[in-house]
Amino acid sequence: MKKLFAMATAAVLSLSLLAGCGTTGASSNGGGSAAGGNLKIGADLELTGGVAMFGTAAQKAIDLAVEQQNAKGGLLGKQIKMDYADNKSDPGESTNAATKLITQDNVVAVIGAMTSGNTLAASQVAIDNKVPLITPTGTADKVTVENGQVKPYIFRACFIDPFQGQVAAQFAANTLKVKKAAIFIDQKSDYSIGLADAFSANFKSANGQIVSQEKYVAGDKDFRPQLARIKSSNPDVVFVPGYYGEVGPIVKQAREMGMNQAFIGGDGWGSPELFNLASADQLNNCYYVNHVAIDDPSMADFVKAFKAKYKQDPDSFAALGYDAARLMFQAIKDANSTNGDKIRTALENLKGFKGLNGDITMDPKTHNPIKDAVIIKIENGKNVFMTKVSPK
Amino acid sequence: MKRVSILNRKNALTLFLVIVIYAVIQGLIVTDILPPLYTSTLIQVCIYVILAASLNLINGITGQFSIGHAGFMAIGAYFAGIVSVKFHGPLFLALLAGGIVAAVAGFIVGLPTLRLRGDYLAIATLGLGQIVMIIFQNMDYFGGAAGMQVGRHVNWSWAFWGTIISLVVIHNFVNSTHGRACISVRENEIAAEAMGVNTTKYKVLAFTLGAFFAGVAGGIYSNYMYFIQPTTFNFLTSFNILVMVVLGGLGSMTGSILGALIMTVLNVALSGIPSLRMVITALLLIIMMLFRPSGLMGTKEFNLNFLEKKEERTVA
Repeated sequence: MKKLFAMATAAVLSLSLLAGCGTTGASSNGGGSAAGGNLKIGADLELTGGVAMFGTAAQKAIDLAVEQQNAKGGLLGKQIKMDYADNKSDPGESTNAATKLITQDNVVAVIGAMTSGNTLAASQVAIDNKVPLITPTGTADKVTVENGQVKPYIFRACFIDPFQGQVAAQFAANTLKVKKAAIFIDQKSDYSIGLADAFSANFKSANGQIVSQEKYVAGDKDFRPQLARIKSSNPDVVFVPGYYGEVGPIVKQAREMGMNQAFIGGDGWGSPELFNLASADQLNNCYYVNHVAIDDPSMADFVKAFKAKYKQDPDSFAALGYDAARLMFQAIKDANSTNGDKIRTALENLKGFKGLNGDITMDPKTHNPIKDAVIIKIENGKNVFMTKVSPK
Repeated sequence: MKRVSILNRKNALTLFLVIVIYAVIQGLIVTDILPPLYTSTLIQVCIYVILAASLNLINGITGQFSIGHAGFMAIGAYFAGIVSVKFHGPLFLALLAGGIVAAVAGFIVGLPTLRLRGDYLAIATLGLGQIVMIIFQNMDYFGGAAGMQVGRHVNWSWAFWGTIISLVVIHNFVNSTHGRACISVRENEIAAEAMGVNTTKYKVLAFTLGAFFAGVAGGIYSNYMYFIQPTTFNFLTSFNILVMVVLGGLGSMTGSILGALIMTVLNVALSGIPSLRMVITALLLIIMMLFRPSGLMGTKEFNLNFLEKKEERTVA
């Protein structure tokens, strides 16, 4: 009896293995004949592992974009078929996933990955095979530009980190109309330093003045000494380009010390956890830059469609995944071809594309999109969409 | 005792088989018949075969319980990457450097921790793996948490011959005086000590050698994958290598090779169904442990002895 069971399970397992092999074999055959009626696009996403949340959100949004596009007749007269490959949130697996999509499934373009590291790991495969790749949320500079040279075939759908500093400076100077700013940075984080440099340069060129600059290290608990020095320099606004883990205590301690200035930050603030680290009252008069805001009126159609399909609110990963997929569709349409070089040229020359939160124009020199950022205002413990800032 | 010539029929046949396997696959790659995904899977099999065989040396042959193998792999990967990227050194030197640095780390860590036994050693090596990962995460020279970009310098020939050399060295070590001493430590440490075996020395020796080859495997990994990140070498990777060894059979080198082959191919074959991949792999392991707890090969080795003439076999 025991032996019989063992043999049965062994048989089932080997069958499932065979089935797995069978599907890969079939898909590789299908990809060979591009005229078969389907247009294959690949997505190398974090579907399991540490940041599975990013990848699964993007997958849902991409599926939605594909569904909508196919309802409109697909692309180049063919229906779009997505091939998803899981990179397990690991760069090595991301290289494998890209290799599988490009060489095995013969996709015409790749969407992904979500993190900069996984995108960097996949990008060489895309470049070698001349297949365009667009990452929804890989913000690191070197994803598209390395040693001053733009990487062919690699694009992104999000703006890079330092741009947020520029947006924050414009917002402070033009919307809040303040003249004196203090900067409080995480001295070991490239993200924080990049944002602070961009903020400082743009704020000064808008006739603003940086009255003090203080530093902390991620993990610090007491920020009162630095805050006291900032307080004594009497700024109108404090720019804190850090992550929510430190931003929460910083705002809390500043308010307790009687600092009522506005605090501004970047997308590192965007976590519900922030509201556990400082009270709703203390977080009033705080603003931060983000890629998208779910309550932005121009996103309403997307949010409605997403909610109808999945019964949940989309997040910024979903929104950027949706934008990335639609940018790629548009480029294939403009190129009127599935040739990698033609799609790449079309992506480079993309202008005025209607993205979720405004027009997107691709910068051919950096392969970064030029697009609006949103400012989110924290109001009584809630993130509220406030305004959009266009790059200058 | 008659001295066995190195050029016996068994060795000649093994060498012949190895060359045939290499030549066939190399031929398929050169003629572009083998798809790139299969090539990359084969190279990963090579990497994991080295890792599993070297962990088997520590866990299976010497009977210690190390679960920090990914830490040595990380050290090898990063130092080999540094040699290739920052100093533009030849690949051979890069792999050697990765192996040596990992071996030095293994030696330094092994000296105090190998005095611990059983669970304590497991916890200490687990900690070591985490420490290595965190050090690389916080050192800007190695790219920090964002990772390090390394070009692709390894091809099938490098991976294959690297694996063969590693296996030959490990195999010969196991069958040498030192290897027998390691086995005696596994079988009964007190008895071994009573017989005059310097148990600490052999434990550290096996640990260092295992770390060396883990470093070499890491070097092949980083020079094959375009990009490495510290989180790749987390404890799950250590467990994955351990699973390969246990699946194949603790103490059996051919078992480790089989385990690495099965786990790597399974991982790639199931990549189309990410949600079920973990379930199927776990199920396979549970069934394995229920019906064959000693692993596929047990402590047995697959060899070509049965092909030998009778008198040769009795000598061997």
